Amino acid sequence: MTDSKKGQIEVVDLTMAYGQTVIQHDLSFTINSGDIFVIMGGSGCGKSTLLKHMLGLITPVRGDILYGGASFFQSDEYEQGAMRQRWGITYQSGGLFSAMTLAENITLPLELYTSYTAAEISDIVAYKLALVGLAGYQSYYPSEISGGMQKRAALARAIALDPEILFFDEPSAGLDPISSRLLDELILQIKESMGATVVIVTHELPSIFAIANNSVYLDNVSKTMIAYGNPAQLRDFDEEPVVRQFLTRSAAADIKDTP
Amino acid sequence: MNSLQPEYKLAPDAMDTSTLSFSGDWVQGKSTASFSILQSELRSSRPSHLTIDGSSLGAWDSIFMAFLLRCHDYCHTQGIALQNQNMPAGVDKLLAVATAVQPYQPTSEDSPSWWSTLNPRHLLRTVTLDIRESLSFTGEVTIALSRLVRGKANTRFSDFWNFCFQAGPNAFAIITLTSVLVGMILGYLGAVQLKQFGAEVYVANLVVIGMLREMGVLMTAVVMAGRTGAAYAAQLGTMQTNEEIDAITTMGISPIEFLVLPRMLALIIIMPLLTIYADILGILGGGIVAGSLGVSPIQYIVQGEAALSLIDVVVGLLKALVFAILIAIAGCRAGINSGRSSAAVGQAATNAVVTALIYLIVADAAINIIFQQLSI
Repeated sequence: MTDSKKGQIEVVDLTMAYGQTVIQHDLSFTINSGDIFVIMGGSGCGKSTLLKHMLGLITPVRGDILYGGASFFQSDEYEQGAMRQRWGITYQSGGLFSAMTLAENITLPLELYTSYTAAEISDIVAYKLALVGLAGYQSYYPSEISGGMQKRAALARAIALDPEILFFDEPSAGLDPISSRLLDELILQIKESMGATVVIVTHELPSIFAIANNSVYLDNVSKTMIAYGNPAQLRDFDEEPVVRQFLTRSAAADIKDTP
Repeated sequence: MNSLQPEYKLAPDAMDTSTLSFSGDWVQGKSTASFSILQSELRSSRPSHLTIDGSSLGAWDSIFMAFLLRCHDYCHTQGIALQNQNMPAGVDKLLAVATAVQPYQPTSEDSPSWWSTLNPRHLLRTVTLDIRESLSFTGEVTIALSRLVRGKANTRFSDFWNFCFQAGPNAFAIITLTSVLVGMILGYLGAVQLKQFGAEVYVANLVVIGMLREMGVLMTAVVMAGRTGAAYAAQLGTMQTNEEIDAITTMGISPIEFLVLPRMLALIIIMPLLTIYADILGILGGGIVAGSLGVSPIQYIVQGEAALSLIDVVVGLLKALVFAILIAIAGCRAGINSGRSSAAVGQAATNAVVTALIYLIVADAAINIIFQQLSI
């Protein structure tokens, strides 16, 4: 695998459906290594479903997803496991194990997939918690800290193994604007210093413009992607009024049909 | 790529300044030095300024950052001025992020050791707290019941038949198994003793009275405590975790009226019916044993009929009623007072079953003693 392909994700002709209901069809786009990529769209358009497909939690009806050039769904369980080890994932509601302390939550992947000694792991846990501003919270349970702190703790767990790709499902949902901006900055800084590819599902406009350099817009009506590119450019120049409408947060009447 | 062993070197430059230089690849899979050794070196050399040099550092990952962060924290607490030079840009950035927020110092609240939980004073306090809590819960349920009788309660009855179904017909299989077996056990137990006097036929009396007054209802209650009591605790505990109970409370609805009453009423209706079912099957099980010991079915039925009295049936049903209330209270109280995590919901289900079993045994003994005194 060449370095430029390391964190690359290609979605090829993907069609997603629950039973007979098609969620989105014919999605094809590429996320380049080092991108901060946003999956956006109105509520219920299938953003989170797309993310679940990318994470391999749901098998697509048609199409494939390639990681660094290798197909995920045609790989065997062992190869899929190896791919997943290079991902860090932050779920919508954190996904922290509520029966474990923060330290135990972060220790788990390190114990499973690395050869570090217990002392080294505890140092790394302290470092990861410090990165997200939670140094000293090792022995706290997720239920004992605030929602914003839970999101950051989940991020600490996601970056435990220095992943090549970081996935976020609605990272700033339920956070106040200040915390959500701090989280955005944190994502940016961590991404810059670790060089990971970041994939974010969100509809928070400030976040989208602050951090993303590439994006895809999933449409609710036509059930496919109708825009792909840098969100700031899409806002100003996209042909689809609905995309500009979404990105400028305006009512339908304010947008003329052509830019 | 030739990878080098990760190393560091602490060298004094001048009076009280030292340089800590890193070399080699500080990555996973290499045996990196332990920080405690460096810490003791720093303690003996006591520099006031420390320069950290990364000019010959090779590859690095989190293990290097973790080591560096410990250096940083140690120097910070010891008042040693720290300066990085020739570090890779990523290292400087990550270190800046990691040290942006002061470490949180948790207030040292000693977690109780297992030893202290055996302390009699602690035990007494837990027990009294528990009793007080269950009494107050029982009181709330009583108030809710009285409001229900007066037609003022916000009880949701659309779930009621669902609860009845879960508690009743769904439990038939396991109740069938346990009561037939308990009837047979009673039969064997009695038969062995009665045979010594040639009075095998009295097995019927033993089984009928034993099942109706005691074993039928107790076994049903034990099964229901494990099945339904634990389910109630898990349901309500999950609702507590999802903040559903908060939502109900803030809508101005009493969670006791809304959630506890329908469950309790379902059990109150179902338990006596299940008890009658268990009694019949238990007597049948006793009959099988009696038959194998040479008592003919006709003898068994005639003898059993003679032993059957309405008082025993009523005593059994009364117990069923009391047990139903106790199981519902134990289950719902554990659920509503549950913590807000998956572990806490599990704990609530366990508590529900344990508490229900204790309630059952104590109540059964108390009822028996009272009836003994009243010679019923």
